[in-house]
Amino acid sequence: MASYTLTTPIADEEIRRLQVGDTVYLNGVIITGRDAAHKFLIENYVNHGDGPVAEPELYERLKALLDGGVIYHCGPVVRKDEDGSWRFVAAGPTTSIREEVYQADVIRHFNLKGVIGKGGMGSRTLQACVEQPAVYLHAIGGAGTLIAQAVEEVEDVLKLEFGVPEAMWVIRVKDFPVVVTMDSHGNSIHDQVEAASREKFAALLAV
Amino acid sequence: MIQTQELELTDAFVELIRRAATVLPPDMEQALQKAQNREEPGSAAESAFDTILRNVEMARANSTPICQDTGTPIFEVYYPLGISTRLLEKQIRVAAAIATQRAYLRPNAVDSLTGKNSGDNTGEDFPTIHFHEWDEPGIHVDVLLKGGGCENVSTQYKLPDGGLKAGRDLEGVRRVVLDAVVQAQGKGCAPAVLGVAIGGDRGSSYIKAKQQLLRPLEDTNPEADLAALEQQLYEESNELGIGPMGFGGKTTVLGVKIGTQHRLPACYFVSVAYMCWANRRAALDVNLQGETVEVTYG
Repeated sequence: MASYTLTTPIADEEIRRLQVGDTVYLNGVIITGRDAAHKFLIENYVNHGDGPVAEPELYERLKALLDGGVIYHCGPVVRKDEDGSWRFVAAGPTTSIREEVYQADVIRHFNLKGVIGKGGMGSRTLQACVEQPAVYLHAIGGAGTLIAQAVEEVEDVLKLEFGVPEAMWVIRVKDFPVVVTMDSHGNSIHDQVEAASREKFAALLAV
Repeated sequence: MIQTQELELTDAFVELIRRAATVLPPDMEQALQKAQNREEPGSAAESAFDTILRNVEMARANSTPICQDTGTPIFEVYYPLGISTRLLEKQIRVAAAIATQRAYLRPNAVDSLTGKNSGDNTGEDFPTIHFHEWDEPGIHVDVLLKGGGCENVSTQYKLPDGGLKAGRDLEGVRRVVLDAVVQAQGKGCAPAVLGVAIGGDRGSSYIKAKQQLLRPLEDTNPEADLAALEQQLYEESNELGIGPMGFGGKTTVLGVKIGTQHRLPACYFVSVAYMCWANRRAALDVNLQGETVEVTYG
């Protein structure tokens, strides 16, 4: 299990080098996005067909941010300072599996290199990680205060009308600690742990 | 003796919420420390516990939320005859809004029809408050902050369950509770505390299960059969190897607490309230006997 420091935007060869179990310290600009954001991205951009794109300026902005970039499944606690700037107070990951229906298409459409969350994702996302390539990065669930310390600056907030937890926060992070639990070679720690636990479960019920 | 119209507990409720959101109870922290010592040095599990414990310390020192998902605030309020519950409810709601403004709580109340976040943790049936009149002269309030990730993996079984070969007895309860832990994997922020209720109706059973989460980890169930089952489920859940965050490891649950209710002859529900490692509970007591209102936190 190796340890790497990566900075967004991330190149394909850096992603291919990563294996499940590796620790990554992430730097650079990333963007938060959870349930409302993924639904919005899919309905307005990924599935938009040939018609006019909703909020074209936002689309260009998102394309630039997400190309080689990282999306973070997170609904933070924020504080607005007197000068109007935002600060992250607590910002751990939310459960990723809810985005399973959307994630693979978002990874492909925007050329995402990484998804940060918790709890792991399913086979469609894993397949997209292999093809793209991309990785799933696991942050420590519940470590809200500690992870907020890795957020150096809140650069912007997009779609604040979704509410604070669901808005897309553009943040610059320094040494954000995550573990690779799904890599671009088709490996998933989540699949391995689940298979082993189901075997043990069967043995416990057989008694 | 303090009269109900003189009661002003809003500030006390804000402080109660602050403590719940930012200070993990000592029994939880000690259990996490023990769990860290059990894991292989250098493993992902050991490192996860290290991060969790550092975060707990930082949150306490900075008075910032342990976890950004400050959950549903659930209040269990015990009050003597003559105290207005409407007054207490109003003060709790104002306190929730103030605590949100001070960033102890994330705005977490979303209108189910419009999707609009109320912005202050108040809304229709939000926060959750249960009132219980009792014979003691003072007021006691427990609060639990129950996050959404672990709420999503909480579940309810209707016994008998053919697939799990779970009948209407404690062996059946054992089988479905283990199933709940396997289904949850790391998604509810393991290691968990499991609050289990046997019986009731569908609604009362879930409430009872959550109330079990308020019990200290080290307490022993007065019912010998349940005490034995709590211990067995604790040990067997940890044999599953799911580990903290589902990374694999020796600790998947930190405690199992089981309560019972009378049930209908036709129904046998088992509810499992899965609580993340950040089992954020706090309590306050109000002494109404003196000249002024005295509040203590515990």
